[in-house]
Amino acid sequence: MKTPILEVEDLTLHFGSITAAERETVIVYPGEFVGVVGPNGAGKTTFLNLITGYLRPERGVIRFWGQDVVGMKPHQITALGVGRSFQIPQLFLTLTVRENVLVGLATREGRWASAWRPLHEPTRVQAADEVLLQFGLLAQADRPAGELPEGGRKLLDVAMAFALRPRLLLMDEPTSGVSAREKFQIMDTLLQALREAGVTALFVEHDMEVVRRYATRVLVLSNGRILADGAPGEVLDDPEVRLAVTGRR
Amino acid sequence: MSQVLIIGVDGLVFASWLFLVSVGLSLIYGVLRILNVAHGSLFAVGAYSGASLVVAYSQAGNWPWGTLLALPAAALAAGLVLGPLVERGVLRWTYGREPVVQLLVTFSVFLILEDATKLLWGVSPYYAYQPYQLLGQVHIGGIDYPAYSFLLLLVAVVAGGGLWWFVRRTRFGRVVVAVIHDPEMSVALGVNLSRVYVATFALGTVLAALGGAFTAPMISVVPGIGVEVIVLAFAVVVVGGLGSLEGAAVGALLIGLVRAAAVHLLPVLELFTIYLVMAAVLLVRPLGLFGRVEVRRI
Amino acid sequence: MRRGGLWALAAVGVLAVAGVVLPRWLVFLLTLAFAKGVAVLSVVVLMRAGLVSFGQGLFFAAAAYAAGFAMRGWGLREALVLVPLGVAVAVLLGAVVGLLVARYRDIFFAMLTLAFSMVLYGVLIKAYTVTGGSDGIRIPTPSVLGISRAGDEARLLVYYLALACTAGSAWLVTRYAQAPAGYLAWAVRDNEVRVAYLGAPVNRIVYGAFLLASGLAGLGGVLTALNVGHVDPGLSYWTTSGELVFVAVLGGSGSVPGALAGAVVYEVLRSYAFKYAPYAWQMMLGAAMLVIILFLPGGVWSPVERWWRRQQA
Repeated sequence: MKTPILEVEDLTLHFGSITAAERETVIVYPGEFVGVVGPNGAGKTTFLNLITGYLRPERGVIRFWGQDVVGMKPHQITALGVGRSFQIPQLFLTLTVRENVLVGLATREGRWASAWRPLHEPTRVQAADEVLLQFGLLAQADRPAGELPEGGRKLLDVAMAFALRPRLLLMDEPTSGVSAREKFQIMDTLLQALREAGVTALFVEHDMEVVRRYATRVLVLSNGRILADGAPGEVLDDPEVRLAVTGRR
Repeated sequence: MSQVLIIGVDGLVFASWLFLVSVGLSLIYGVLRILNVAHGSLFAVGAYSGASLVVAYSQAGNWPWGTLLALPAAALAAGLVLGPLVERGVLRWTYGREPVVQLLVTFSVFLILEDATKLLWGVSPYYAYQPYQLLGQVHIGGIDYPAYSFLLLLVAVVAGGGLWWFVRRTRFGRVVVAVIHDPEMSVALGVNLSRVYVATFALGTVLAALGGAFTAPMISVVPGIGVEVIVLAFAVVVVGGLGSLEGAAVGALLIGLVRAAAVHLLPVLELFTIYLVMAAVLLVRPLGLFGRVEVRRI
Repeated sequence: MRRGGLWALAAVGVLAVAGVVLPRWLVFLLTLAFAKGVAVLSVVVLMRAGLVSFGQGLFFAAAAYAAGFAMRGWGLREALVLVPLGVAVAVLLGAVVGLLVARYRDIFFAMLTLAFSMVLYGVLIKAYTVTGGSDGIRIPTPSVLGISRAGDEARLLVYYLALACTAGSAWLVTRYAQAPAGYLAWAVRDNEVRVAYLGAPVNRIVYGAFLLASGLAGLGGVLTALNVGHVDPGLSYWTTSGELVFVAVLGGSGSVPGALAGAVVYEVLRSYAFKYAPYAWQMMLGAAMLVIILFLPGGVWSPVERWWRRQQA
């Protein structure tokens, strides 16, 4: 039995009368590629916010690699090996594309407090450029991140998280805002990179085609509750699930 | 026992002055999200307006009790002129920019107003003692108290009560509260944000000027009185929680009472009480007593 | 960047020669400007992290008074001992104050730094038996590198000391800005949440910037004390800190040469403005700052920076 990467038990959070999370219980194993689906407001992003420490749950247990993390802050949980990309890309808009990745690399090296050697060290720049190449962003390396189009921003957001060499990568709608044609290209690139690096991933997604094609497992959220949890084929064809997610059976 | 009474009265009087002088700052921050460094010079303009009006009025030999009306009149005039002028003329161009930039802009306005008051009113002191003298003394707990202090208390209560009524009972007041809580939603619901901003800033300016006008009879009005006030007002508002009107009242009360106790029991601490209270409150409640946490959505 | 270094060296060379060529009053003014420039660098370091400190006067004054006490209480005269002493006092103070202050941002940060500097101001005024109260204390003439002179010659020595310290600070801050620490501070300003999600402890990054800033402000304070020969509580008043913020904005809020050039321009302008329009110079300052903020967000240095960038391309 493999050690689970992520264990969530009884996770609960309310915002006043709104149920953001209600007794959510999930276990994620290494190597999985878990798609998280659900209607708007189902609590998908909240789930990510909770397990990465951005929000504090009222009740429940969250464990990464067996370690209890409730109460830890995002930077501590990230340091454990959890990377995250965001629904609205969180970039350093005033830094160049390359610098966005360099900053992450320097942090990964434990050099965030280094005040002597420059950020743009040749070895680090090379490593950054490799990541940028994998994500198709090398051509824009010297441009400010703020100048990237929506799709490029999404990619950079994921690239930054990926550059940290996390063991678990959490992605919030990695392909939204991207043209249909590019979606599959991006997901193929992503999946290849993740498989080569042995990274487990959990991704929130609205596009059912993407989920069907790439996920090894699907979690369905609705009103803060986990409605279904299983193989894509079963879950996505379940009429109750379809009703909850799309409004039609 | 009588020392407790004295401390209580002293504290209450100082608290009412603090509240009067700080509430405008809290209101402006709550609605516009701008920490108005110029608040101090608006206070000074109120003091100068009030003082010069009282002096002119008294010299014309009019009914002495009219000086008590001259003070709020001057404050109102000053506030209604300066408020919209500063907001429409300067602040409007900074909305949406970093808070740091807005802070620096209000700091620039402060510098400009400091010299503007010197140019308008000169540098010699104004003594508008008439209202102070008029009200005489009151006997409490074995000592004579200037009755003017209680007028100040009354004005603070009226101002506070008026604001409370305005915020809870009038339509515009509720719009202001909505904007404090969620500007984006308010706009989505059809609120005219610029009108709210001008009106709120004008109100905040009037309150600052009111504080200044009613302070004038207690001091000699000279250049630079605004500078000290800024620090005090900031401390009160930070203790109470930025943007909270109840916080300004409670913060003022807390600081007022602690300072009065210090003055009578441990005079060496007097200057620092306000900062000690601030540090103590922030250690326990980092956003002030009534401050609200604003978690960024990601 | 190497070319930037060459320009900097050239500037230092020119200023070194200027020391013996320029009239005495101008040399004094320049020394004042250098010292202020170093303190402005402290504001710039914090601004790069997205924070405005209205309380750098705290470290400015603490270091200045520390030097004063050391000279009068222990009879120390050597500037090369007094300067590190002052800076050490400032950094120690920064280490303590930073523990509370580094958790805050925006308005709270500005307010807390202001409050701390005002507390020192109060202490300096109240403890008049030790600090001389509002009169302050006189600072005797220091020796530099063991060389002891009097009058104008002493002033010249302090000029060179200040020039060296300023050049050193400029170099230090530039290295910091190009290193991961400096970039991460900038990243905190850009997107603090993202920094946390890279695994970097945001508050500690701010703390580090705060320590650097406290040292720089302290350096400026000691140099000012040694140059002027006098320290008073006004060094810790919030308007002193406000002045530093103004110059930082004047210089573009982010660049080292901008801050230093801004400090020189400011000192020169201020002495003229004060002489000819004592009741309007604050207004001119305020108006100038407004114009810069609203129309020249990169500060007066930005055209130069743009020219420089084009040269590099």
